[in-house]
Amino acid sequence: MAEITMTQALNLAIDEAMAEDDGVFCLGEDVSAKQGGGVFKVTAGLTEKYGENRVRATPISETAIVGAAVGAALAGQRPIAEIMLMNFVGVCMDQIVNHAAKLRFMSGGQTPCPIVIRTTTGVGVGFGGQHSDMLEAWFAHVAGIHVVTPSNAADARGLMRSAIDANDPVIFIENILCYGLKAEDPGKGYRVPLGKAAVAREGSDISLITYGRTVLDALEVAGELDKEGISVEVIDLRTIAPYDEETVLASVNKTGRALTLHEAVRPFGTGAEIAANIQEKCWDKLKGPVRRIGGTFSAVPFASHLEQAWIPTKEEIVGQIKASVGKA
Amino acid sequence: MAEIDRDKLLDIYTRTMKVNRTDEKFRELLMQGKVAVMYYCVRGQELVSAAAMAALEDDDYVVCTYRGQGEQTAKGIPMEKWWGECLGKATGTCKGKGGTMHITDPETGIMVTTGVVGSGIPIANGLAMASQNNGDRRVTLVSFGDGAANIGGFHEAMNMAQLYKLPVVFLCQNNRYGEHTAYADHTDSKTIAERAAGYGMRGVTVDGNDVNQVYPAVKEAVDRAREGGGPTLVEAMCYRMMGHFFGADFSYMPADHIEEMKKEDPLPKLRKVMLERQFTEEELDKIVADIDEQIDAAVQHALDAPLPDTDEIYKDVFEEVN
Repeated sequence: MAEITMTQALNLAIDEAMAEDDGVFCLGEDVSAKQGGGVFKVTAGLTEKYGENRVRATPISETAIVGAAVGAALAGQRPIAEIMLMNFVGVCMDQIVNHAAKLRFMSGGQTPCPIVIRTTTGVGVGFGGQHSDMLEAWFAHVAGIHVVTPSNAADARGLMRSAIDANDPVIFIENILCYGLKAEDPGKGYRVPLGKAAVAREGSDISLITYGRTVLDALEVAGELDKEGISVEVIDLRTIAPYDEETVLASVNKTGRALTLHEAVRPFGTGAEIAANIQEKCWDKLKGPVRRIGGTFSAVPFASHLEQAWIPTKEEIVGQIKASVGKA
Repeated sequence: MAEIDRDKLLDIYTRTMKVNRTDEKFRELLMQGKVAVMYYCVRGQELVSAAAMAALEDDDYVVCTYRGQGEQTAKGIPMEKWWGECLGKATGTCKGKGGTMHITDPETGIMVTTGVVGSGIPIANGLAMASQNNGDRRVTLVSFGDGAANIGGFHEAMNMAQLYKLPVVFLCQNNRYGEHTAYADHTDSKTIAERAAGYGMRGVTVDGNDVNQVYPAVKEAVDRAREGGGPTLVEAMCYRMMGHFFGADFSYMPADHIEEMKKEDPLPKLRKVMLERQFTEEELDKIVADIDEQIDAAVQHALDAPLPDTDEIYKDVFEEVN
């Protein structure tokens, strides 16, 4: 099987969904052929196949983009809206939170809103405070939205297909630093179900629960610690909300220890919710407090060394794991 | 401009009175304490809503606001379902989970009622975009007030609609108030419709109290949209004769101005037009009496209807997947 990058994986998933269903269409800033198929080329080549109505390059108008996606979804289509960078969701939160997320409920089930909102972000590329944040917790806190992020190219293909299939809104977060990751192509029609985590590496001493780019750090650390006799189980949530509680709790019940890890700032992050849930439901099995790692509680800085100091480091992950298992 | 045909005029009258009698009944129930819910009165704006809905086809889409009773009842939501929803009953359009500010009834084309000023405008574009994509020839009409014309989404949506020539009609019901703030205190442009020119769009301002102005203007916009001619911003000048919502203080509305605006009341004006067009007093009274009867029955049905089950709070959050 051929290898594909995450960019190609996303493109293939969208392409095959558009080929199968005329109601699937893309809209967003710079997404069509005239602009080169999106700033990260995820929608490259689609205009040529499906025309400009189905790959709509929009004005810089996030509220109009998401609003249009909501309306088209109510009319039975399956729009894939791109919000170029995740921080820009601040411009269109009303459409996402008050409308996309709630219209199914408020209408008594009459108007589901099947939209995918693709967005990019990530710390470590020098974009500074307004182009780097992971804001998944904002959406995880709202009933009615799936929040999804892939950590590898194969999952990207499968999660995107499932996101387009879903009959509810999906925030699909793509990490800039992951676009170039390669994996064996899982092939046409491949789907990773929403709400299902992956045990990315099995272990017995501690459950390290994470998602997105930090899965790579987690796997690296787990490999290193294995040599020191510490067995780390890495859970890749894949769907951040609503998350796969069953897999998480089963893992923690087995290992008796848990550490949550995300790039987003630590206070009020998704790790806090997961940690609280573990403490309520695995209390008898826990050998120590659930630990949390997240980004520093400040804006993402520009200078490279500041940025590296800001994000969770592998040393920090190692330190927390060793402290948890009593080998610090 | 050609005279409105007599059947259409009767249709508009009937819809107008349905809106008006529903409004009167709602206020009566609130005054009597029989119901205690948020209600945004439409007194003074009945004709605009009714004429606009009469300009649409049954399967056209409508997006409206919390002050949307006019669009909702005039578009044809069955009264029992409408009252059921307003009273928070299981028989309501949304099983009692939406309420007065979120009436939704896709069967009659009421796709979204938003409680957020201006938020329906970008959504209307999406409904219209779907029609443009699949060629179903539907038109989407979105109704909003003058206050909504100052939210960012209005400008984003106007520009986008014109850019794509979407089959959408933007109906601004300029009722002279954005919540508690008078038009002159929130906007310095002479009209809302003149803003259309800034987007390269067609914009018209008409007297929303005159059926011979408001209906032809909306109809022309609807026809143009359906034929691929793109969107129109129709501004219908009207007057919100009461406070922002039922029970709200409206001492900020100058009493002499209210008195002056009463002379423009669309209802007596419409009745005059009807009589001029050879409808009789008896015919017109009969229409109102029939409507009242239907409303009374619908209200009673809603009052007697069961409350939604408590476990509804867990349902319709996501699609139920078994």
